[in-house]
Amino acid sequence: MANRIPRVPVREQAPEVRATNFDEVCYGYNEEEAVLEASRCLHCKNPRCVSACPVSVKIPEFISAVASRDFGKAASVIAEDSSLPAVCGRVCPQETQCEGSCILGVKGEPVAIGKLERFVADWNRANGRKAPDRISPNGHKVAVVGSGPAGLACAYDLAKAGYEVTVFEALHKPGGVLEYGIPEFRLPKEKVVAAEIADVKALGVKIETNVVVGRTVTVDSLLSEEGFSAVFIGSGAGLPRFMNIPGENLNGVFSANEFLTRNNLMDAYRDDYLTPVMHAKKVVVVGGGNVAMDAARTALRLGGDVTIVYRRTEKELPARREEVHHAKEEGVKFMMLSNPVEITGDEKGWVNRIRCIRMELGEPDESGRRSPVPVPDSEFEIEADSVIMALGTSPNPLIARTTAGLETNRRGCVVADDDGVTTRPGVFAGGDAVTGAATVILAMGAGRKAAAAIDRYVKGLE
Amino acid sequence: MYKILTKEMLSPAICRMKVLAPRVASAARPGQFLIVRPDEHGERIPLTISDYDAEEGSVTIVTQKIGASTKEICALEAGGYFEDVVGPLGLPSDFVEKTDEELSGERYIFIAGGVGTAPVYPQVKYLKSRGVHVDVIIGAKTADLIIYRKEMESVCDNLFICTDDGSEGFKGMVTGLLEKIVTEDGRKYTQAVAIGPMIMMKFATLTAKKLGLPITVSLNTLMVDGTGMCGACRVTVAGKTRFACVEGPEFNGYDVDFDEAMRRQGMYRSEELEADHKCRIR
Repeated sequence: MANRIPRVPVREQAPEVRATNFDEVCYGYNEEEAVLEASRCLHCKNPRCVSACPVSVKIPEFISAVASRDFGKAASVIAEDSSLPAVCGRVCPQETQCEGSCILGVKGEPVAIGKLERFVADWNRANGRKAPDRISPNGHKVAVVGSGPAGLACAYDLAKAGYEVTVFEALHKPGGVLEYGIPEFRLPKEKVVAAEIADVKALGVKIETNVVVGRTVTVDSLLSEEGFSAVFIGSGAGLPRFMNIPGENLNGVFSANEFLTRNNLMDAYRDDYLTPVMHAKKVVVVGGGNVAMDAARTALRLGGDVTIVYRRTEKELPARREEVHHAKEEGVKFMMLSNPVEITGDEKGWVNRIRCIRMELGEPDESGRRSPVPVPDSEFEIEADSVIMALGTSPNPLIARTTAGLETNRRGCVVADDDGVTTRPGVFAGGDAVTGAATVILAMGAGRKAAAAIDRYVKGLE
Repeated sequence: MYKILTKEMLSPAICRMKVLAPRVASAARPGQFLIVRPDEHGERIPLTISDYDAEEGSVTIVTQKIGASTKEICALEAGGYFEDVVGPLGLPSDFVEKTDEELSGERYIFIAGGVGTAPVYPQVKYLKSRGVHVDVIIGAKTADLIIYRKEMESVCDNLFICTDDGSEGFKGMVTGLLEKIVTEDGRKYTQAVAIGPMIMMKFATLTAKKLGLPITVSLNTLMVDGTGMCGACRVTVAGKTRFACVEGPEFNGYDVDFDEAMRRQGMYRSEELEADHKCRIR
């Protein structure tokens, strides 16, 4: 029986080796491994994996093409629904989505859907893939703000429907969080991110970098002066949060955004790039999400002894399971049920210690997770020459503040319905700009839905 | 790629460039800054905008050679290119939002130090175009290092110069000259604006406070993205953490924690020295 085959393990760089380099951790499946793993799929009549996928990739269909070694077909099946398969195969939280609903997971290990998706995308890139067909233009222009997952997915679908799409990116390289946030060892920039963006551009999508919407241009000027019929806002959630505890402005305290942007976007870990980054010896990373894991593993690779401080327990860590597992293997230490209360510095204003308090789990909060409560008189200190705050991010208010009639909620998120329709006619939004920090795949799903809504809106104008 | 239209050295260590960046030029307002990246391997360097011409599509930047990256910028020539130019960033000076009525009767005194003289120019030019009285103090170490003298003379009401060594004008610091023209010469001002090295802005603020004069300062903090993403630029203003890149760069001088700002500015100094001189011993 198919499910007697154990899940095919994926080859990875040895932890002690990869802890000292920035090369990709996971090597991915080769053809034989992929075909074997694909043969485990039961091809359920009602595939729960598809409904658990935010962009509804036809999972059993592409897996069956892999099983019969028709990798090109598998790639076209995925391409119907996803513009960034090599990215999603690497960074999606599969355990809570497709793989989390796989029937094989009830008694054993689910099909490695993420690893198969990655295999197909990488195979397709390496083996005479053909550029997608250009569609004849329909004469309408749409502006997309932000070239992260939401913007790229939206642009991809709009271009496929014949729109002339221009994506405006504030930074000097497209990709958004894929470029500045997720490290090279998890998501290679040239091989994967740049290549997938090239696919979107091959459809005719223009990407204009160095345009800060809200400063260089405004949503209003795009609509009224530059001839765009609609604007999609996929500007993400880029504003870092701090704890507002004493000592947070000491030298050596960074937001994870700063630390990761220096390393990823600016390549500070490489000798041939000029941007500096602190090579700290004893690093404390505060937080438990993917960004915290990324920051911790980056600091480790820069030569630091790294401890993650998190206020709940391992069970509540919001990070992907694989990232936590990899971080541990590489030697990142975890200090659970602890919360910083103060950062102290030396006479020159550099961090030397972080003071924490022990926590215990109390009643569940609105998110259903048990909320941490401080244990009285349990404060303790950890030595550190650098502290990295990975506490989550919120949307940048720049666009909302400069766009008339665009409503935001009290968390600064753009108010939009499931189709991305905002309070301002002709202006659509999706991804982290609407939901607050979430995942690549949810942003892509929102970008796709908005593309469909934009198509309906523009056709309605005719 | 952004073409360098003209380049000239204003002093041995300070260069002025006009760069083709039409979107930045048409959106720029006094008080804002931009970020350049000289080449693919370069840092993102924030620079103040020293002039802008929407019609020509050009912006003018003035750079002083301090570290590896600013040296790289000053080594570029006319006809060459910047890899990236992005802006305008930050908020315009708050007088841009004021009505003619609000500006009438205002008397501004600008205190410009070193390379900070360049971004003072568009502010003075703008205020003059709105009919406001503007005087300017330029301070430099020595007469040879004074920049923007002619440009400033053409737009301000009175120009005062001071040099540390007395080689021109008042001998001493900008603070001494400010105090002199207010208390001894009896000149009256309603608002001061200081742009220059952090230490100069700190002491200009102390002097302004002593004279009962409100003062605005423009903070040249560390930055990476310049759009609010990284928080490298955070400063404490009136006890609260603010991001200079999106909430500034101009703040009420009375409220700024200058000592913290100076300390944070030096955060990568040792790394910068290393970048200049690649250490092979490590």
